Amino acid sequence: MRKISYCEALNEAMSQEMERDPTVFVYGIGVPDHKRIFGSTVGLVEKFGSERCFDTPLSEDAMTGFGLGAAINGMRPIHVHMRVDFLLLAMNQLSNMVSSYRYTSAGKLKVPMVIRAVIGRGWGQGSQHSKSMYSVFAHVPGLKVVLPATPRDAKGLLISAIRDDNPVIFMEHRLLYYVSGEVPEEPYTIPLGKTTVLHEGEDITVVATSWMNVEALKAAEILGRRGVSVEIVDPRTIAPFNDELVIKSVEKTGYCIVADNDWLNCGFSAEVAARVSELCFNNLKSPVYRIGFAFTPCPSTRPLENCFYPNAIDIIRAIEKKLKLQPMDLSNEDFYSYENKFRGPF
Amino acid sequence: MREINLALYKKVYLIRKAEEKIREHYYEDEMKTPMHMSMGEEAIAVGVCHALKAEGQIFGTYRSHAIYLAKTGDTDNFFAEMYGKDTSLQKGKGGSMHLCAPELGFMGTSAIVGSIIPVAVGAAFANKRKGNHKLVAVFFGDGATDEGVFWESLNVACLMKLPLLFVCEDNGLAVHTPKSRRHGHNSITDVVSQFNCNVRKEVTTDVELIYELTCKAIKLTEETRRPSFLHLKYYRYLEHVGVNEDFDAGYRSRDEFEEWYKIDPVNLQRKKLLESGYNEAEIQKMERHIDAQIEKSIKLAQKAPFPDRSELYKETYA
Repeated sequence: MRKISYCEALNEAMSQEMERDPTVFVYGIGVPDHKRIFGSTVGLVEKFGSERCFDTPLSEDAMTGFGLGAAINGMRPIHVHMRVDFLLLAMNQLSNMVSSYRYTSAGKLKVPMVIRAVIGRGWGQGSQHSKSMYSVFAHVPGLKVVLPATPRDAKGLLISAIRDDNPVIFMEHRLLYYVSGEVPEEPYTIPLGKTTVLHEGEDITVVATSWMNVEALKAAEILGRRGVSVEIVDPRTIAPFNDELVIKSVEKTGYCIVADNDWLNCGFSAEVAARVSELCFNNLKSPVYRIGFAFTPCPSTRPLENCFYPNAIDIIRAIEKKLKLQPMDLSNEDFYSYENKFRGPF
Repeated sequence: MREINLALYKKVYLIRKAEEKIREHYYEDEMKTPMHMSMGEEAIAVGVCHALKAEGQIFGTYRSHAIYLAKTGDTDNFFAEMYGKDTSLQKGKGGSMHLCAPELGFMGTSAIVGSIIPVAVGAAFANKRKGNHKLVAVFFGDGATDEGVFWESLNVACLMKLPLLFVCEDNGLAVHTPKSRRHGHNSITDVVSQFNCNVRKEVTTDVELIYELTCKAIKLTEETRRPSFLHLKYYRYLEHVGVNEDFDAGYRSRDEFEEWYKIDPVNLQRKKLLESGYNEAEIQKMERHIDAQIEKSIKLAQKAPFPDRSELYKETYA
């Protein structure tokens, strides 16, 4: 099968859906400008015109309400934010309006809208260009929250999100934009609320979100050479979160580590830990362990930023500890560095 | 115009009477929903809604009894929702602050000041895209103009030249705080005039005048392909939330109310009907008819069952 990048997969999903359904439109700050949201909206304005692909004033709050109004009146808006941090300006619309509009109308109105937001990282993005925040959105009934980690999932889940009659917050990690993978050319859907096993294993379960799946895969590869078999479960959508495969995996392995691309306190990792202890406590050979961001604002300088983000090494060390193995020598391993892809200056 | 004036009176009377009934029954503690009463603003609600064509769509605030009744004429659902009963199409999930009847063009409200305004802008965008010639009107108070989202929404609507009426119902108060303690400008219409929209203002309780003003504004919006902004003054008769007067609270005087009550919108329109040739008996007959409609709706609502507990989770998601 042909390989394309995560970014190209997002682009193809939108393009194919806009072609199929004239009510789909895409808008947001910078959507049709020369940078095209890191390339993900390339070609859309040329193909569908400025009525269906347009820039907006710097009014995240109003433009979210705008999407809600268009959605209840028969359109399928896709609102794009270059950073999750900017989406926070729309917290009122999301949690007071968008999430509850269908419910208070007792189902007379539907809200088919997609909000794409990019999780930033690296090159000194600092405290206001790096947030994940997805557990906050997943906390609110009425919203769906999707975190695709592969190009195939990016396309299939985005098409599902566009066709879904609920508001869907679709969060794309900036570093994933460079990842390539096999993606079918024709339109296809991956149901929202369906967890996947990204890597099969027998000895320990790692539940990973967003970018942490890349780190977990690297950890699994290295540990595999040592004879440790790691199973990686990617929830893909955290609202609704179907825990079935997580539970099945932990029942098999008896160990569970959650590697979350977010802070731990009151986060999605806590939700996973709670469900594992509620649903398969007796299968656990030791307590659930969680890995996430340092509980600080994200620093700008690289040495501190490296300490802020968890990585494959942290996952390897956590697994070794759980399985009571001696720490292996990692000095000759080649780990991910975003500077391989992104050299700057920004 | 004589027929129109009659239709306008029926609506202002219906609204006033429905709210008087709410005041009468509220103490029974069966309508457990915070009431933000419309008394005093009936002329604006009726004048604007009557001028919108039937397919026109409106959005409002938590103070929306008047616009709901003006737009829909429905009292069965209205009271069923006030009582939180299963017979309401909203199943008691909205209450007084979140009335919604999209099938009748009443598209919803918000209890967060200003938050409904961008939703109306998006709805107007959808109508423009679909070319269906539906006009949207969004109602909000002067307090909403303190909110950033009002300015964001106005800017977007003017930029995108959307078929939309902004209707600012100005009672001079945000809850209990007067404009003098909220505004760093002297005139909202002066500021709004700097945007690419049509601005009209009026201080009147004459529903006919507001109807005509709105008809002109609608024509102007269609001709200029720009949104219109209507600034209309009124006096809030009752407390911010609740069914009582609050002239003893100290932030405003009964004298103010007495002045405005001299030109009460319902009395004014009734007088006009008498002057235009309707006799007292005719008017009373029509009023009794509306009274009976309201009475019937209240009885139905009181007798109706509450929603089953299975209703709780329904419609959280599609």
